[in-house]
Amino acid sequence: MNSNQILKNKPTSNTNRMKTTQTIQNKTQAQKSTQTTERISGSEAVIRCLLAEGVDILYGYPGGAIMPVYDELYKYQDQLHHVLTRHEQGATHAAQGYARISGKVGVCLATSGPGATNLITGIADAQIDSTPLVCITGQVGSHLLGSDAFQETDIVGISTPVTKWNHQVTKASQIPEVLAKAFYIARSGRPGPVLVDITKDAQFEEFDFSYKKCKTIRSYKPVPETNLNALLEAAELINNAKKPLVVWGQGVILGKAEAEFKAVIEKAGLPAAWTILGASAIPSTHPLNVGMVGMHGNYAPNVLTNECDVLIAIGMRFDDRVTGNLESYAKQAKVIHFDIDPAEIDKNVKTDVAVLGDSKDSLKNLLPLLNPNSHIEWHQKFKDLYALEYEKVIQDDLHPTKVGITMGEVLKEINIKTNGDAAIVSDVGQHQMITCRYANYNQSKSNITSGGLGTMGFALPAAIGAKMGAPDREVVAVIGDGGYQMTIQELGTIFQQQVPVKIVVLNNEFLGMVRQWQQLFFDKRYASTEMVNPDFVVIAKGYDIKAQKVVDRKDLKAAVNEMIDHDGPYFLEVRVEKEANVFPMIPTGASVSDMRLE
Amino acid sequence: MSEQNTLYTVTIYTENNIGLLNRISGIFQRRHINVESINSSVSEIENVTKWIMVVNLSEVRMKKIIGQIEKQVEVIKAYYHTEAETIYQESCIFKMKSSLLFDGKQIQLIINENKAQIVTVEAEFFVIEKSGKKEEIDRLYRELSPFGIMQFTRAGRIAVTKDEMKISTLLQELQHH
Repeated sequence: MNSNQILKNKPTSNTNRMKTTQTIQNKTQAQKSTQTTERISGSEAVIRCLLAEGVDILYGYPGGAIMPVYDELYKYQDQLHHVLTRHEQGATHAAQGYARISGKVGVCLATSGPGATNLITGIADAQIDSTPLVCITGQVGSHLLGSDAFQETDIVGISTPVTKWNHQVTKASQIPEVLAKAFYIARSGRPGPVLVDITKDAQFEEFDFSYKKCKTIRSYKPVPETNLNALLEAAELINNAKKPLVVWGQGVILGKAEAEFKAVIEKAGLPAAWTILGASAIPSTHPLNVGMVGMHGNYAPNVLTNECDVLIAIGMRFDDRVTGNLESYAKQAKVIHFDIDPAEIDKNVKTDVAVLGDSKDSLKNLLPLLNPNSHIEWHQKFKDLYALEYEKVIQDDLHPTKVGITMGEVLKEINIKTNGDAAIVSDVGQHQMITCRYANYNQSKSNITSGGLGTMGFALPAAIGAKMGAPDREVVAVIGDGGYQMTIQELGTIFQQQVPVKIVVLNNEFLGMVRQWQQLFFDKRYASTEMVNPDFVVIAKGYDIKAQKVVDRKDLKAAVNEMIDHDGPYFLEVRVEKEANVFPMIPTGASVSDMRLE
Repeated sequence: MSEQNTLYTVTIYTENNIGLLNRISGIFQRRHINVESINSSVSEIENVTKWIMVVNLSEVRMKKIIGQIEKQVEVIKAYYHTEAETIYQESCIFKMKSSLLFDGKQIQLIINENKAQIVTVEAEFFVIEKSGKKEEIDRLYRELSPFGIMQFTRAGRIAVTKDEMKISTLLQELQHH
């Protein structure tokens, strides 16, 4: 079967019932009635709400308490493509991958009890990485709530700390309003996951359905107003800066502000560094792009954070992996913080000027206030430190002279073959740092990784969602041998759906990042980090996925080329050096300027 | 901003929603902050719930927590105030043995001096009620203790601020938004 046909499956025919709706609508329009209603079940209402919100794909796993909704899905399968993952966690990560690449809301469906609790890791990941998700869970009948019924769990209670909003529905009539709110909350302002728990009786119950999109909630202000004075102050600081440094995060991507951002840094000649989730907002090769900040970021932007005179943070949240020791983080600099979330201001780093609001609007309004500048001498410092990093680290990563294959050279080959046009999905650990350091990105939304939560097992299912969210793009998942085995069962989903993702496992037979820490900080006591792995190629072949393994450097280029050229899913295992370390590195508790090159 | 711990009265205006207690208490729990008292009630605005919480922490942390509280979708507005900025009351009730009332006038004296009231007298026990400042309640407790307190319950603080809270204006703005 051609996978693209499945992925691009578009609604074809209307059901009879849809025609009925049409007739009713026509009639009521004539009668000038405000809204049409139709008597349907709660579970059908769920589907109709999803369609009204423009959902055409969702990820999930059926079970007792969600069966009525699945029964309706069966009837609507020509309009809504349900992807059966092999574990509910996979459903959430797939929905995340879909959301991150498409900018749309990812949707998950699961049953009560274990089905619902299996969603939690993905929900927590989406919460900390501001990914819009709507998760719908079935719940036991409302008369059984609190009785320790079969597969009953307090999922609203459990998910509260990791959701932007959640709600339990016990009456069918609540479904349209609650789901409308769910989508509005998930996608507006700083996006995030929401969970709606629906009791089984509410799914069966019939009611008069009508749907109205949610446009406002009185207690919720998704985008704070921008203070014009703050914007003027920010512009003045930037105009007077001798050594400005921009650190941008995912807020630029989430705010669809890539063009405005590029215009701002180009006009004022601002060197700009990115957090892991900010990657790809501007092309990797852009001359003002000075690399990644943080623990395993680039040397220049980290060290010069403690030398800049104005630090301009845009849509980022000063995570501890970015700042290192806060006591010695950018103390010499005036700090300007652009963010949509007022709670982020002064949370970790004291701000001199806070510009609240949507990044697109703020940056658009900032642009005319800026003076053109080039900061040539200041840029030279970044170049000098890059040269040092190249000599000490990058050269050996990308052009190794030793026998073992490095993770970096695998990324180099992927870059060459894809021209930087691929979306790269990475898991968590050493390979993730290498991927984010070396992957080339030409367009925005090309870096999909678990940043805040650091969820091993994220990449394989996220790549499925990413490919479905952007079927025309090449999607390459780069995964370590540890994380791969956390959600390896999703190969089943790839097989069943024929998702043409490219999977690269960088196998060092270790939980590499933990091993690196054990080597550096625990006197090489390798407690439970060595992995005895199965034959990954055989496993992939078991799912009818074309697969090969590379052990020698001489075979690497051809293997990467074959993988990218292959029309369909492909698995490539690369045996990399077992005990390689990721450098540079800011050891925990150290200052960004004390970054180690070796 | 002060790094020293202060007793703050937190006022939170919210929608009346079932899961909010969990959501708000979670914000404190995650940061290991003990909530001294909590009270939830109707407010001066119809369909708006008002929470009064008392917490002991630095202003730096207090501000950050207010930000986290306001971030919750169903929270309309949150404020924090020092003791001096609020007028507040706490109340409590004591259950004591009735026989104490007949063994001299000491108990009566304590009740009068503390401006407390007897709510009811039964054959076996009687109940004293007292509203006032924290210290006043502490004092009454200390003075009654030697006589044997059968039961003691203290309610959460209720408070109003000396300055105006522009919550009604805010709500009107939100509704016309």
